[in-house]
Amino acid sequence: MSMFSGFQFRKISTPVHNLDPRIKFIFVIIIFAIAIMFSELPVLIILFFAQIPIVLAARVQKEWIRSMRGAAFLAAIIFATNFIFSYIYSGYIFTPWLLENAIALTLRFVVLVESFSVFFLTTSPDHLGLALEQSHVPYEFCFAFTTAVRFVPVLAEEAQTIMDAQKARGLELEKGNFMKRIRNYIPILIPLIVSAIRRSLELAEAMESRAWGAIKKRTNLYELKVKKGDYILLMLTVAIVIVAIYVRLYVPIPSFSSVFAS
Amino acid sequence: MPIIETEGLTYTYQGGIKPSIRDVSIKVEEGEFVILTGPSGCGKTTLCRCFNGLIPHFYTGTLKGTISVAGLNVIEHKIHELARHVGFVFQNPENQLFALSVEKDVAFALENLGMPREDIQGKVEWALKNVGAYALRERAPHELSGGQQQRVAIASVLAMQPAVMVLDEPTSFLDPLGAKKIFEVIAELNKKLDITVILVEHRLDLAAKYVDHVIIMDEGKVILDGEPRDVFNSDQARLVGVGIPKATRLFQILKEDGFNLKKIPVSSDNAAELLRGVLSHD
Amino acid sequence: MIEVKDIYYTFPNRVQALKGVSLTISDGEFIAIMGQNGAGKTTLVKQFNGLLKPTKGEVVVDGINTRETSVAKLARNVGFVFQNPDHQLFCESVEEEIAFGLRNFGFEKNLEKKRVDWALNLLDLAQYRKTSPFLLSGGERKRVALASVLAWDPKTVVLDEPTIGQDHQQKEKLRQFIVQLNSQGKTVVVVTHDVEFVAESNPRVVLMTGGKIIADGIAEEILTNEKLVTKASLVPPQISQIFLQLADLGLPTNVIDIYQARDVLSKYMEAKHK
Repeated sequence: MSMFSGFQFRKISTPVHNLDPRIKFIFVIIIFAIAIMFSELPVLIILFFAQIPIVLAARVQKEWIRSMRGAAFLAAIIFATNFIFSYIYSGYIFTPWLLENAIALTLRFVVLVESFSVFFLTTSPDHLGLALEQSHVPYEFCFAFTTAVRFVPVLAEEAQTIMDAQKARGLELEKGNFMKRIRNYIPILIPLIVSAIRRSLELAEAMESRAWGAIKKRTNLYELKVKKGDYILLMLTVAIVIVAIYVRLYVPIPSFSSVFAS
Repeated sequence: MPIIETEGLTYTYQGGIKPSIRDVSIKVEEGEFVILTGPSGCGKTTLCRCFNGLIPHFYTGTLKGTISVAGLNVIEHKIHELARHVGFVFQNPENQLFALSVEKDVAFALENLGMPREDIQGKVEWALKNVGAYALRERAPHELSGGQQQRVAIASVLAMQPAVMVLDEPTSFLDPLGAKKIFEVIAELNKKLDITVILVEHRLDLAAKYVDHVIIMDEGKVILDGEPRDVFNSDQARLVGVGIPKATRLFQILKEDGFNLKKIPVSSDNAAELLRGVLSHD
Repeated sequence: MIEVKDIYYTFPNRVQALKGVSLTISDGEFIAIMGQNGAGKTTLVKQFNGLLKPTKGEVVVDGINTRETSVAKLARNVGFVFQNPDHQLFCESVEEEIAFGLRNFGFEKNLEKKRVDWALNLLDLAQYRKTSPFLLSGGERKRVALASVLAWDPKTVVLDEPTIGQDHQQKEKLRQFIVQLNSQGKTVVVVTHDVEFVAESNPRVVLMTGGKIIADGIAEEILTNEKLVTKASLVPPQISQIFLQLADLGLPTNVIDIYQARDVLSKYMEAKHK
């Protein structure tokens, strides 16, 4: 569960938190695209370190480190797989370039986790829902999204209560072989599902009673407004795109291994 | 004209064997504070659902008889049309708050109605202030206590400025002090804003003192309908198993002993006053 | 016997729910643990069957420290009826539901059958033996949950807010049932904020607020103490409220039930006419 806390939003006010989520998302997608565009290690290293100031500005270092730790396991697998297979493929000849390439691809994954982690850490689900709405995603989906997020802590608590209730009837979740353990979760899953169904019925009643569906074009209490900071980020993003395309087309990037070889 | 009027209302849920309410004919005048009570399964919730159109539009089934609320024929109007006139507060506070912040929840109904943003903001503030929850406006519903959640639920219904508010056992999950506060909020809204209140409640002790009209149901039928004092004091109320206010019960057993308080109390303050009168009288 | 020795409990999210609680419940006692929502009542009783273990201090049930044994072992003797029966019901028939606990505790087949029959009859559920619990009404589901716990005959029965959502008659039946359980020798612990319910049953009352016990004694004295009761976010029983307002006339203030009230008033009138 601790890896997930590296993506969980916390409400603080920093310049990054206050940015429009749509612009932030565009930024994240661009980083993603650039990470895909380049498999050269130097570029990826730059991408990785370039985001650190953002992490610090958003004051989410602790949580971000947790997400990085969580990613470490997968990263190790990616590194090992890449390295081993390219080693085999190149005829069992070890070259520094093999190593560099494997590191680069692993770093690409890490850069992705890094940027998405920062995005989710600094964007409230509320804002996300709002961003979806204002991006003309049908309201039903936005509502489903925010309602789901709203009820996650409620469902988590309920799951715990159900587990307690069944344990108090002598259910031992840890006992038994693999099959028995899976069966032990039936007394937990069924009440949870039944409760979720009951809950949705009650929610539907409440929604209807508050004029759901009265008008096709809903209005909104909040509105996302693009501010100065957002424009700056947008321009920065555009600049990055231009630079990246230029570099990709015209600038040869030396690899570390070739530099060291010579 | 009564704000709610039903004539011979009978409803059977889809797949139900017998009607959940039978031949219900009641009149509620504007501005009344009504308590609707009766043993579990008597049809109170079913009747309430008829007031805002959940029956017959959300709960399909067979509805017979006539019902008009705020001048509208419930059968002919969609739920969202009726919602502006009849607000409904449900029993479980958690399952009627869907947004991630209190003010967004209170705004929900107004957003659905397509109201312009500036108007929504004003009404949200007004509604929250009227239930005493303005300070909670930026909090997430999950962080609130049950009592606070119910206040927010009331505010989110109040925001539409309905003529009628129906509350179905709103204090079930609350502790006594929380319940008391909610009844006070509701009574304020009834007196100050002239909102007709239909309260379904078992805990008559705490609520009885605010009430001007009592309807008792049993097995789908209305068996008592009238002034609180008369209804609570009647034998039928006790026979049916309604938990009449203890003050009224005390009056009854004292009367059996020949000790007459002369007027029928429905609350502890009432009873204390009357007792004081009789005891100090030499 | 359940001994709670100066326990503290802090939730994983750092909220301190119990701040130095000590309590001893003897076998066969009938005790009501009262206080507002969030006072720590449920957190306290969950220590009795080991669902929660104290962060500091210890809980000893029948001589065994709860830290040294499993929930399943403790549950055999401390039966817990949770507030919402829907958090427990999952079987295809009421019969199966009642048998669940019995099977977990290793009752052999014949005895299991006997206990299921007994529990069904005790709670008036024989007609629903083969019915799916999900098809029953709210009140019936509560009875199924109660039956499924009583079936394995625990020495102690803990009921968490048993009166929520119940109408007057259901509450009264439940109250009588609980009193009967206790008179048959079971230790009964009821967690509740329903003062009227407690006033009519007159158990030992333990009042909690803010994670601490602020009173422990007889219902009559505690429920009529306005200061204490308000501190625990409760209200005195209706009858007590009447007498509290008449204290200046010299009437006793520890009246909590109607028949008591009648007696007190007739004595007062007699004394006056002398």
